[in-house]
Amino acid sequence: MPIKETNTDFEVRSLDSICINTSELKHPWWYDFKYLVAGILFGTILTKAEVISWFRIQEMFRLQSFHMFGVIGSAVAVGALSVFIIKKYKIRTIYGEEIELHTRPFNKGQMIGGLLFGFGWALTGACPGPLFAQFGAGTTVIIVTLFSAIAGTWVYGLLRDKLPH
Amino acid sequence: MGGWLAAGFLTAAAPVQVNENLLIELQQYGITNHDTLVPVDIFNWPSILTVRGSILMVGGGFLVGFGTRYAGGCTSGHSIMGLSNLQLSSLIATCSFMAGGFIMANLIMPYILKL
Repeated sequence: MPIKETNTDFEVRSLDSICINTSELKHPWWYDFKYLVAGILFGTILTKAEVISWFRIQEMFRLQSFHMFGVIGSAVAVGALSVFIIKKYKIRTIYGEEIELHTRPFNKGQMIGGLLFGFGWALTGACPGPLFAQFGAGTTVIIVTLFSAIAGTWVYGLLRDKLPH
Repeated sequence: MGGWLAAGFLTAAAPVQVNENLLIELQQYGITNHDTLVPVDIFNWPSILTVRGSILMVGGGFLVGFGTRYAGGCTSGHSIMGLSNLQLSSLIATCSFMAGGFIMANLIMPYILKL
């Protein structure tokens, strides 16, 4: 039954927000440098805000400091305000494309995967973005953690049809 | 690159001011150096070959990657962007991230750090 298989694959792939939010415009390769600038800015802020500190993450999960809750809380506040303004004034991207924010349907993966992610977050003191910044900030051994995380995403891809969603 | 830039050029050489209770707890496990953002007492190249180091770096990294994909997003995607866009599923994911972190840091990690 090849048709059924294709449909199932489409359903699972629709969980990937990365697949439904891609610009369809074609640009010369050097247009991608804007991502380099944004990435450098993001890494610098993560580092200076001490968000990539393993100690800060341990404090957060032991409720010993307000630091991380303050950073995440203010990020959400700024984010919510930005989303509100984008929606209200129908702001477009720099290339004039409409910004579509997709709703995310609930699935069990958000709980099971979320718990597993939480375990990893406490162990490494980093989520995906900070892993790059920890490596960049001079802890070279974090490259191992980084590759292990990439291996994790790969194994998920391998197992996804067998996992409950 | 941002991390390298910030660490190399923008840092006033002051270590992160960490909660005293955490430092006392970590001392029991031989983690005394908190001058850098990542504790060099565990996160160093030779430590990869120890049980404790490999669980933290290889195991932890794997869980970060696997969990992020399974949950359909990370701290940025779900907690910050998803909550900003008022998505219930992102709130559930964020609560799961936090629950996982609390369980690991308070209930499981003491045993791992003792290894």
